[in-house]
Amino acid sequence: MSIQKTYEEINEKIRRGEAVVLTAEEVSQMALTASPEEIAEKVDVVTTATFGAMCSSGAIVNFGHANPPIRMEKIRLNGVPAYEGLAAVDTYIGATACDPENPKYGGAHVIQDLIEGKDIELEAWGKGTDCYPRKHIKTIINKETVNEMILFNPRNAYQNYNVAVNSTAQMKYTYMGNLLPHMRNATYSTSGELSPLLNDPEMKTIGIGTRIFLGGTQGFVVWPGTQFNTSKPKNEHGVPVSNSATLAVIGNLKEMSSEFLQAAYYEKYGVSLFVGIGIPIPVLNADIAKCVSIRNEQIETTVCDYGVPGTPALGRVNYAQLRSGEIEVQGKKIRTAPVSSLSKARKIADLLKKLIQSGEFEITKPIQMFPTNTSLKSLKEQPPLTPPKEGN
Amino acid sequence: MQKKRYVLKFPPQSGDQPFSYHLVKDFDIRINILRAEVWPGKTGSLVLELEGTSDNLKQGIAYLKENQVSCEPLNKKITWNEKRCISCGNCTAVCFAGALQMDPVNWELQFDSEKCIVCELCVPACPLNLFKIDFRE
Repeated sequence: MSIQKTYEEINEKIRRGEAVVLTAEEVSQMALTASPEEIAEKVDVVTTATFGAMCSSGAIVNFGHANPPIRMEKIRLNGVPAYEGLAAVDTYIGATACDPENPKYGGAHVIQDLIEGKDIELEAWGKGTDCYPRKHIKTIINKETVNEMILFNPRNAYQNYNVAVNSTAQMKYTYMGNLLPHMRNATYSTSGELSPLLNDPEMKTIGIGTRIFLGGTQGFVVWPGTQFNTSKPKNEHGVPVSNSATLAVIGNLKEMSSEFLQAAYYEKYGVSLFVGIGIPIPVLNADIAKCVSIRNEQIETTVCDYGVPGTPALGRVNYAQLRSGEIEVQGKKIRTAPVSSLSKARKIADLLKKLIQSGEFEITKPIQMFPTNTSLKSLKEQPPLTPPKEGN
Repeated sequence: MQKKRYVLKFPPQSGDQPFSYHLVKDFDIRINILRAEVWPGKTGSLVLELEGTSDNLKQGIAYLKENQVSCEPLNKKITWNEKRCISCGNCTAVCFAGALQMDPVNWELQFDSEKCIVCELCVPACPLNLFKIDFRE
């Protein structure tokens, strides 16, 4: 008889301290000798994790009202522009925002400084209104002085990602790292068999409302991420062979740690934020057990030429090859390097495992599953709108 | 026999002296030039791999110092803030000398200064700006 567990049954075991929890790497090893049915019987939860640069990240901050109050219509945090179109004293500081005069310090650095309790200079301007008469303020804020700081990342945890190479004669500076000329290196990003959405490729357990580990504390999946795409080709193991699904996530930034949220600056590219995400996958049945058993050699991805506009595909490789230090593309041997931290991802998967084992972290049944038929639109250039002709 | 990498710095007035010739000829040291920056009338820098007996290396280095050429082990010229390193791997992508590599078991960054050729590509490649190389000054 085939195993079928419910979320509540697994949570009962977690509360009793009896849940069997493995990391995705551990269960992949177990699967070498155990069938999906045996895994479903023995294992309750599998933890997955990633720690990579995720540019589509940022934080909502509420500063509180000054006396006299100001309707902030232009906002700078340590000189970095923050969004001013959210009521009087709310803002959204995007991870990649920066002052062009000081491109190496951006929104991600402000977010990290906030987490670390450092003082940040807030300067804001308003036109002055009857109810918000003040026109300018320059003051100091930090984690303790603000009302809320909420990490809200519209697109994180990509399900798979391209491998980057550069066929041109010049170095290319990209978010995939510095790519040497003539394809002398290849960079890859996901944590492979440990990566969250590669362990649940059809998102049978991850959806809106899923409780996750985010930046050192508990967070939630709140929506499919932007550019969520379910129409990418899949290989025979059911895994999309290039970047496809994504997650929008949220969590209390005040509780996060810079151990799991790190600002980054890429030469001649800009600022980004390394985000640590861990997602528990409940092993409800043998189907899910089979998904979480996936191994690096079964996960393939597409090698793209970042030196050429449109980043054309040059071939396909798997994560076992990528991790071996060398891949072969179009007959050429290329040295590989990761650009996301597997050691940090492992730390997160282990930490999440311990939290679940000790009963501090329960699994959640999604309130709503993700769409299954989405594709991507590109931005087309259209002739500008002609202003309406004035009447006689 | 010992083999070690050094960073040499030459004062502006020493450009006309054949130091490397004397290291080979007088002290029987095998030299391998890994990197050189020589500008007439300015301070010059040289990264050398020196191979010789312990005594000869000692005497050769003393000779350089007597002639106002500073000579320091290469690993003292490179600092990597290991404590803050997240082992993302970006630096290993550009390190074709193989000095920066990911440990294939724990996937933490390993730095072998003996393989470093001071190309300095790791400095801008690190997204956390954790490498400092003191090659010129």
